[in-house]
Amino acid sequence: MLSILLNLIAALFFTGIVIRTKSKASGRKGPGIMQPIRDVYRLFRKGSVYSETTSFIFQLAPTVYFASVVMAMLVVPFGKSPGVLSFYGDFIFFAYVLALGKFFSIISALDTGSSFEGMGASREALYSMFAEPAFFILMGSLALLSGHTSFQGIFASLHIGSQISYALAALATFVLLMIAMIENSRMPIDDPKTHLELTMVHEVMILDNSGFDLGLILTAGYLKFALYGALIVNLFIGVIPYQYAIPAFFAIQFLMAVAIGLIESFMARFRMSHNPQFIVVLTSVSLLIFFGVLLILQKFV
Amino acid sequence: MIMQTITIKNNQSVPLASIPELGYGQFMEVNTELLADTLDRHCVNYYGIVDGKHVKLICCIADDVKHLIHLSSCKVLPTDVVPSFTAKLLCFEKFEREIYENFGLNYSDHPWLKPVRYPFDRADKQSTIANYPFYTINSEELHEVGVGPIHAGVVEPGHFRFICNGEQILHLEIQLGYQHRGIEKLFLEKPELSQRVTLAENIAGDTVVGHTTAFVQTLESLCGFQTTREIDYSRTIALELERIAVHTGDLSALCTDIAYQLGSSVFGRLRTPIINFMQEWCGNRLSKGLIRPGSDRFPFTTELADRLVQILDSFELDFVEMNAQLFSLPSALSRFERTGVVSQEDATAIGAVGMAARTSGIMRDIRTSHPHSLYPELQHEAKVKRHGDVYSRVQLRKNEVMQSIEYLRKLIAELPVNHEISELSSLGENLFALSLVEGWRGEICHCAITGTKGELIHYKIKDPSFHNWMALALSVRNNEISDFPICNKSFNLSYCGHDL
Repeated sequence: MLSILLNLIAALFFTGIVIRTKSKASGRKGPGIMQPIRDVYRLFRKGSVYSETTSFIFQLAPTVYFASVVMAMLVVPFGKSPGVLSFYGDFIFFAYVLALGKFFSIISALDTGSSFEGMGASREALYSMFAEPAFFILMGSLALLSGHTSFQGIFASLHIGSQISYALAALATFVLLMIAMIENSRMPIDDPKTHLELTMVHEVMILDNSGFDLGLILTAGYLKFALYGALIVNLFIGVIPYQYAIPAFFAIQFLMAVAIGLIESFMARFRMSHNPQFIVVLTSVSLLIFFGVLLILQKFV
Repeated sequence: MIMQTITIKNNQSVPLASIPELGYGQFMEVNTELLADTLDRHCVNYYGIVDGKHVKLICCIADDVKHLIHLSSCKVLPTDVVPSFTAKLLCFEKFEREIYENFGLNYSDHPWLKPVRYPFDRADKQSTIANYPFYTINSEELHEVGVGPIHAGVVEPGHFRFICNGEQILHLEIQLGYQHRGIEKLFLEKPELSQRVTLAENIAGDTVVGHTTAFVQTLESLCGFQTTREIDYSRTIALELERIAVHTGDLSALCTDIAYQLGSSVFGRLRTPIINFMQEWCGNRLSKGLIRPGSDRFPFTTELADRLVQILDSFELDFVEMNAQLFSLPSALSRFERTGVVSQEDATAIGAVGMAARTSGIMRDIRTSHPHSLYPELQHEAKVKRHGDVYSRVQLRKNEVMQSIEYLRKLIAELPVNHEISELSSLGENLFALSLVEGWRGEICHCAITGTKGELIHYKIKDPSFHNWMALALSVRNNEISDFPICNKSFNLSYCGHDL
C-alpha cells in the first residue's frame, strides 16, 4: 500500500517538475508545478467527442490503457514493503499488463482511420518491441543475481557492495531511465511539445481523444512516469529503514524529473530512423549487465 | 534581322510598344536559347495580359552577369494549341501553368498542366480547389498521407499530399491557392496611391519591406522619379533589418522543429529587439508604413543610428554565442546534415531563386546581379553554400545575418544629408516597368503596364516562393516523412506570396 501512496504523490508533481525545469532552462517563468494536474481536472469535467468513423474500440481503449497502468502499479514494491500484489514472476505481469494497455492504444489509433495516427501507432509498436528485450534481460539478470523472481524479492535482496555491482547499478539505472523515456514518449525519442503531426509518436496517437478520455490517457502517463521512477528508486533503497527510504524516494524521483527536463532543454530530438538504433543499444547494455551478473556469480567457466 | 529582345536595367521603364513582338515559334526559340546551358541568366517573370481577343505573353529574362533584363513578347489566341517552353526547360513550368489557368491557352506537351491558384476569372470554372487532379498511386505497399490545408502550427493554409513507402517519402505534391485574394486585380481597382502601397505591404506579411520596395521602385520608374540618397538609404537599412529579423526567427523555428529548446528560445528572443527597433523607427514592428513612393517618411536620424548600434552590439554577441552552441551540438547537426538535399542540377532546372538557389551552389542574388538602392556601393558578394541540405540553409541564414550586420554598421557610419525631394509626378503613358528586389527569401519581381491615359492597366507580382515551392517538393524525396517539417521550415516559403 505504501508504494501506491508514494507513487500517487510522485505522479502529482513529476510532470510539473519536468515542465518547470524546461521553463527555467529557457529563461521563462513557466506554469505552476500543479498545472498538468489542473489540466486533467479540467478534462475530467468535460465530455468526450467521438468521430463517426471510430468503433467501440476507440471508446474502450482509454479506459483499458488507464486500467493497465493502475494494475501495473499494484505490483511495484517499495523497499521492504511488497506491492499490493506480489507473486513469482510479477515483473513479467508488470511488463505485459503495460503492453496490453499499449496494444489497446495502438488499435484505437488505427481505429480512427487517420493516416497520421497509423504512422504514430506503427512507430510506437516498433519502439516498444525493441525496448522489451532490454527490460527482460535486465530484470532476468537481477533475478539471477538475487535468486528471487518477484519484484519485491529481487529488490529486497539486492546488495550493492562490490565494485562490479556499482557498475551494474549504474547501467541498470541508465537502462530503466531510458525505457521510462521511451515508454512515456519523451525526448530524445519523441517530442511531447511538438505541434507537428508528422514527427510525433505518442501525441499523434491520441489526437482524436478528447475530454474525459484524454484526461484518462494523460493521468495514465503521469502515473507511468512515477512507476518507472519507483523501479529506479527500488534499485537503491533495498531494505533500508523507512525514515531514510521515503525521503530517498522523493529525492530520486525529483532528480529524475529534473534530469529529464534538462535533457529536453539542451539537446535536439533524434532523427526518427536513429531511434531503433538507440533502443537496440539499450538491449546491448542489458546484456552487459547480464554478463556482469554471470561474473559475480562466477558462472563463467 | 529584326531585334529579338529589348534589354533594360533593373527599375527602368520602357514604352510597351518597344518590346519586340515575335511569332510564337521565334519567341520560344529566343527565350529558351537565352537560358539553355547557363547559370548566368534566369527567367524572372513570364506572364500574359489580355489584349483584345488576343493574349499578349511577356517574357523577362535577367542576365545576371551583364546586369540587363531581356524583354520579348508574343501574341497568341487563347484557343491556340502551342508547344510549351516547359518541355525544353522545366523552369517555365509554373509560369505556363499560370497562363493556362488564366487564359486557357493549351499547351500540347506540358507535362504537369495543373491549376495554380484558382483566380476568380480563370478560364476553366469547372476546375476548383476541391477537384485538384492529384498524382495518385495504385499500390498495396505504398500509402498516401494528406497534410493540411489547416497548418499544424496554424500559420497559413496549404495542402501537402505525400506518397510514402513506410516512413520514406517517395513523392510530394503541394496544392496551394487557399490564400488567393486577387491582389494583382486590386492594384488596378484601387486608384489611390495610399491604397496601392498598403496592398503592396500585404502581399506577404513576412516580406513587407521587400514587396513594398519592389512596388515603389516600379511606380517611381513609371513616374520617372529619381530617388535621393536618403530614400535609398532608408530602404537599404530596412531591407537588411528585415533579413536579420526573419532569418533569426527562422533559426528559432528550426530549433523548435528539432525540439532544441535552448536555440528556440534564444533565437526567438533575439528577433524581438530587431523588430522593436522597427517600431521605434516607423511605429510598426513589421515595418508597415515605412516605405512610400517618392518620399522618406521616417528619416534615419542620428538618434536612431545610435540606438541601432547599441541593439546590434548586444544582438551580435548573443547571436554568435548561440550559433556556436547550435553548430557544435551533435544531436542538432545530425538532424540538419544531409536532410532535404536539393542538388545544383535540380535547383537550376526549376529556376530556384534566393536562398534556395544560394544553398545549392548557385550564385543568384539581385543585390549583386541587378543592384538597386545603395547596393551598388556596398558591392555585395553573395554567400553561397554547396550542399543544398537543411544544414546549408541554416548556415546560410547565420552567414547572411552576420553580413547584414556588417552592412548596417557600414551604412550607419555615414548618415545621408537631407536633400530636397522632388514631387512625384503622374504615371507615364503606355509604359512597361520592371523592378527586382532581393527580399530576405529571394528575388521579388514586380511588373507594371500603364495605358494611354497613364492609368495602371496591369500589375504582376512574383514572389520567390513561386519557384521555390518546387524546391521543397524535390528536397523531401527519399527523406523520412518525420523530417518534412524541418525541410519545410528551412525554406520557410510564403503561401500568400504564391497565392496572391
